[in-house]
Amino acid sequence: MQEQIAKIKENALEEIKKVEDSKSLNEVRVKYLGKKGELTQVLRGMGALAPEERPKIGSIVNEVRNEIEKEIEEKEKKFAEKELQKKLEKETIDITLPSTKIIRGSKHPVNRVIEEIEDLFVSMGYDVVAGPELETDEFCFERLNLPKGHPARDMQDSFYITNEYLLRTQTSSVQARTMLANEEKTPIRMICAGKTYRREDDATHSHQFGQVEGLVIDKKDRNVSLADLKGTLEVFVKKLIGKNCELRFRPSYFPFTEPSYEVDVSCFKCGGKGCNLCKQTGWIEVLGSGMVHPNVLKMNGYDPEEYGGFAFGTGLERLAMFKYGIPDMRYLYANDIRFLKQFDRKDEE
Amino acid sequence: MKLSKNFVKDYVDIDVDLKTLAEDMTSVGNEYDSAEKLINATKLVIGEIIECKDHPDSDHLHLCKVNIGTEVLDIVCGAPNARKGIKVIVAQDGAILPGKTIKKGMIRGQESNGMLCSIEELGLESKFLKPEDKEGIAELGEDAVVGEDPIKYLGLDDEVIDFELTANRGDLLSILGMAYEIGAIYDKPVKEVDLSHKESGEDINKTFKTEVKTENCKLLLVKKVEGVKIKESPDFIKNRLIASGIRPINNVVDISNYVMLELGQPLHFYDADRLGNKLVVRMAEEGEKLTTLDNIERTLSKDDIVIADNTHGVGLAGVMGGLETEVEDDTKNVIIESAIFDSVKIRLTSKKILRSEASNRFEKGLDPKRTYMAIESACKLLEKYADGKVVTGTVVYDKTDVKDKEIEITFKNINDVLGTVIPNEEILNVFRKLGFTYTSDDKKAIVKVPSRRLDISIKEDLIEEVSRIYGVDNIEGKLPVVPMKQGSYDKTTREIRNKMISLGLSETLSYILINDKEVKGYTLDEFEELRLLDPITEDRNTLRYSMIPSLYKIYEYNNARNQKDVSIFEIGKGFYKKGEKYGEDTKLCVLMSGKYSLGLTNQNVDFYVIKGVAEEILEYLGYANRYSFMKKEMPKELHPGQSAYINVNGTDVGIIGKIHPNITKEDIFVLEINLDELFQKKVGKMKYKEISKFPNVKKDVAFVVDKKLTSKEIEKVIKSAGGSLLTDIEVFDVYTGSNLDENKKSIAYALTFEDIKKTLTDEEINALLEKIIDTVCKKCNAEIRK
Repeated sequence: MQEQIAKIKENALEEIKKVEDSKSLNEVRVKYLGKKGELTQVLRGMGALAPEERPKIGSIVNEVRNEIEKEIEEKEKKFAEKELQKKLEKETIDITLPSTKIIRGSKHPVNRVIEEIEDLFVSMGYDVVAGPELETDEFCFERLNLPKGHPARDMQDSFYITNEYLLRTQTSSVQARTMLANEEKTPIRMICAGKTYRREDDATHSHQFGQVEGLVIDKKDRNVSLADLKGTLEVFVKKLIGKNCELRFRPSYFPFTEPSYEVDVSCFKCGGKGCNLCKQTGWIEVLGSGMVHPNVLKMNGYDPEEYGGFAFGTGLERLAMFKYGIPDMRYLYANDIRFLKQFDRKDEE
Repeated sequence: MKLSKNFVKDYVDIDVDLKTLAEDMTSVGNEYDSAEKLINATKLVIGEIIECKDHPDSDHLHLCKVNIGTEVLDIVCGAPNARKGIKVIVAQDGAILPGKTIKKGMIRGQESNGMLCSIEELGLESKFLKPEDKEGIAELGEDAVVGEDPIKYLGLDDEVIDFELTANRGDLLSILGMAYEIGAIYDKPVKEVDLSHKESGEDINKTFKTEVKTENCKLLLVKKVEGVKIKESPDFIKNRLIASGIRPINNVVDISNYVMLELGQPLHFYDADRLGNKLVVRMAEEGEKLTTLDNIERTLSKDDIVIADNTHGVGLAGVMGGLETEVEDDTKNVIIESAIFDSVKIRLTSKKILRSEASNRFEKGLDPKRTYMAIESACKLLEKYADGKVVTGTVVYDKTDVKDKEIEITFKNINDVLGTVIPNEEILNVFRKLGFTYTSDDKKAIVKVPSRRLDISIKEDLIEEVSRIYGVDNIEGKLPVVPMKQGSYDKTTREIRNKMISLGLSETLSYILINDKEVKGYTLDEFEELRLLDPITEDRNTLRYSMIPSLYKIYEYNNARNQKDVSIFEIGKGFYKKGEKYGEDTKLCVLMSGKYSLGLTNQNVDFYVIKGVAEEILEYLGYANRYSFMKKEMPKELHPGQSAYINVNGTDVGIIGKIHPNITKEDIFVLEINLDELFQKKVGKMKYKEISKFPNVKKDVAFVVDKKLTSKEIEKVIKSAGGSLLTDIEVFDVYTGSNLDENKKSIAYALTFEDIKKTLTDEEINALLEKIIDTVCKKCNAEIRK
C-alpha cells in the first residue's frame, strides 16, 4: 500500500510539473485529490487494513496530500503571476500619445496688469474703487476743474451721448465721485482702474483704452507732499516695470492738479542709451501726476486750506505691452485666440 | 513751437550747446520733439568756378575747375547754370548732406572730387524753396569769400528746438517768453525790446475810427504806416521765419509774422486803401458770407467774431483775413490791427475753418502789454525794412485791466506741499530768476507776477514754479507714513474671472461700441439704445446692451483666421436708458464653439457643456438649488429649441443657448448673466451638514415617457414622491429610437437613498421605489421600462 501511495505521489508530482495552464492543473487536482481522486480512493481502501496500520497509512496519505496541494498551490501562483503579467502587457499603452486636455483658459494681459497694480496698492492700504463708464459731464470735467470751454477739453475729444452724458474720458471722474461720496471728509487712499474712451483711433490710440488712477487726500501737513508722491510712484514703477528703472519727474500741466508732473522712466530696452522704443531720448513717459488742484478739492467738499493730496494715473495698455513685450496696441483688442492663449499661466514673481 | 537759437539769442545769452538747452528746458517742463541744426551738412565750403567746359561724353554735364581756397578741385556738374566766375557751395569728398554722402569718383570717364550744391540739396523743406533753389546750383553773392563756410554766409547757421508745449504756457509761444524761461534756468538777464521808431503827420485818431460791438474783444489797437515798398525781406528775417517753420512771402507780410514770433502777439495788416476809415469788431450774422484770403467763401455763424468796415466783413478775427483787403504787391499804405479776442470763440471758429499760428496764440491767451509792444515793433520794422512812414498816434480801445498779480504765500506752505526744507533765500532766488518781484519777511513772501505769465494765479502755481526752477530732481522721494489700514477690493469679480479661466475659457477685452443694428440682439428686454452724437464710424455708433454681439465679433475674427476652437469669456458692461434713467450693468458673457477637450478623445461644445459652465459659476457663487433654466419666448438670434433663460430665485438674470442657424451655420453657444442682478439674489450659506454613518443604496429606474416631457418635470415628481430619504437623482441615460414609439423616449435615473439615523432595509427601499414608480407613471403618463 505504501508503495501504491508513493507511486501516486510520484505520478502526481510528475503531472503537476508538466501542466501548462490552470485548467489542466485543476484536472490534476481532481484526478488525485477530488472526491473520486486516486489519493481519496486510497483512503477509502483503508478499511481493509489492520486497525494498527490505519493511523500510520492515514498520516502518510495526509502528508502526500499536503505535498501535492502545496505543489499545486505553487503552480497556481505561478500561473496567476503569468496571467497578471499578460494582462499588464496587454494593457500597456504608448505614454507619449497626447493627453486628454481640457481646454486651458487664459487671463487677458490688461487685466493681469490691473490685478497686479490693485494688489500692490491694496497692500499699501489703498481701497480699490470703481465708477460708471457712462459718466456725466459734471463728474468727467466740471468737478475736475475743467469748466465748459476749457481748452484742455480739446485734448480729449469725447463721445457724448447727450449734452450731459458721455463715455468717461478718464478714470479721474472716480476721484470726484470718491471725494464727494466721503461725507465725513476723512482721508482717502484709493486706486481705480477701468475703461475710458476718447474720440480718436489710429495706430497708437484706441478709442477705448484702460487707465488706472490713484488718489491720496489727507491733512495738508501729513504725508501728502510731492516727496510722498515721488516715493509712492517709485514703488509703483519699480514693481510694474523693473527694479532698475530710474524715474524722472517733468513739470507739466493737467487741469486737475497743480503742480503737475509727467513721470518718465529710463528706457528699459536700451538702458537709457537711446533706441527706437524711447525715440532716442533714453526716457519713456509713463505716468501723469500732481498735487490735487485746490479747485478740485473745493468742488468736492474738501477745504483746500486744510486738506491736500496727490493723484496719479497711467494707461494700462502700455504697461501690458512693456511687461509682455507686445509690439502693437491693437493686438490687445483683436482678441486673436492664439494671442490670448499665450497668457495662460501664472506670472513669474 | 520751433525755437530758433539765433533769434532767441537777441534777448538772452546762451552758453550751452543745443542738446543741453533742450534737456534743461525739458526738466523745467518744456518737452521737445527734436533739437537739430537748421542745415545738417558737413564739409561744405565756398568755391569759385574758374573754368567750365562741356563734358565730352554728355549733352548736359560740365567739367568745372573750382577754387576752394586751399586747392582747385575738378568737379563734374550737371546744373544748367554752372559757369565760369560764379561763387558756389562745394560739398567736398566725404561731405554728408541730408540723404546722401559725397564721394570722389569717375563720372562718364571724368574725375569728380565733390559736388556743387543747390539750396534744395541742403535739406530745407520744399515749402521754403524758390524755383531757382531747385533748378540749379546756388549762386552766392560777390561778397562770398572763397574757402569760408557757405551756411554761415547764407545766414542758415541756425539751430532749432521743436518744443511740445503744455496748454497753459501760451507765454512760451514767443521768442521773448522763451528768453525769460531760459534766463530763469541759467540765471541770465533778459534784454530790453527795442521799439523805437519815428512818427509823423496828423494823428490817426482824426482820420480813422474803431468800434467794438462785442464783449469778445477786450483790446483793439490800430496804427497806420504809409508808403511801404513791398519787396523781399532781408535775409535775417527770412532765415528766422524759415527756422520757425513759416514761409517768407514779402517784407510786409513777413514782418507781421516776425513780430508774432518775437512777441507772441498775432497782428493783422490791411491794405489801407481798400479798407476805408473804420474798423468794426462784431459778432457775425447767422449765415453771413465772407471770402477769406485763401479765396474760399465761408458761411459764418453768430459765434464767429468778424472784423468789418463800414459796410461788410473784411476778416475773421484771429483766424484769417479777408481776400478783399489783403496786402498785395501794389499795397502802399498799411493799417495794423493788434487785438485780443476771446480765446474760446477763436478756438471754436478756428476748429471750423483753420488752425493757424495766430489762432493757436489767441486760444492760449495773450498779455495786453504785448499787444501794445507788438504794434510798435511792427511799426519799427516797417519803417526800417519797408521804407514806411509811421502815422502819429494809435487808435486805442482797451477794456483790459492789466495789473501784475500779487500772491501771498508762506514758506511753510511751499515746503509742506513739496515735502522739502528749502531755505527761504533759495525760494526767493527762484522768483528773482523768473523775473518776479517780491517783498518778504521770514514767514511769507508777497510775489508780483508779471502779466505775461497768464498761467499763474494761485499759490499752487507759485509752488510749481519753485519746484520747476529749484529742480524736481533735487526733491527726495519718500514713502508716506500713514495710519495702518486694510485695503479693499472687489474680490468677487476676480474670483469669477479665475473660475472661468479654470473652466478653460480665455478672457477677452472687447469694444463696447457696436453698430446700432446689433444693439437690440440677443435680448427681449425693453430699453432705449444709447447712440453717440458724433461717432467715428457707423460700425461703432452705439453702446452695447448685450455683450454677445461683442463676443460674436471676436468669434468671427478668429473663424476668419481658421481658429475654430474658441471658448472665451469677458466681464464687462452693458448700457441702457430705461425710462429717464441712464444706466450700466456688469455682465458676464461666455461664447463657446469647437472642441472643449482635446486629444485622442475630444468633445465638441454642445448645449450641455455651456450649461455646465453656467451651473459651475452659479453654484460656485452659492446659488446651488436656487437657479433653473426656463424656456419661454426667446430672442430671434437664438435657436428656439436650444436656448433658455437662467432664472435665479424667480428672476431671469441671464440667457443661454445656441446661436440661431439663420445667423451662422457653425455651432456656437453663448451665455450671458447680468451680475448686478444676480448679486441682488440671496446666496445660500456655506455650512457643515452631517454626513450619514449608514450606507446609502442606489437604485436604477427607467421610464418611457412622452418625448416632449422635460426631465425637470419628471425629477420634480420623483423628488416629491421620494421624500427626505431620496438624497440624489441623476440622469444616466436618455434613449429614443427602435423598439420605442416614435413619440416616446426613455430616461434612466440613478436614485440614491440614505437615512441619517439608520441603515435602510430592503423592504423600506423597495416600498419607496414602488411609490416613486407609481407616482411617476400616474402623473407623467409614464411606463416603466423593462
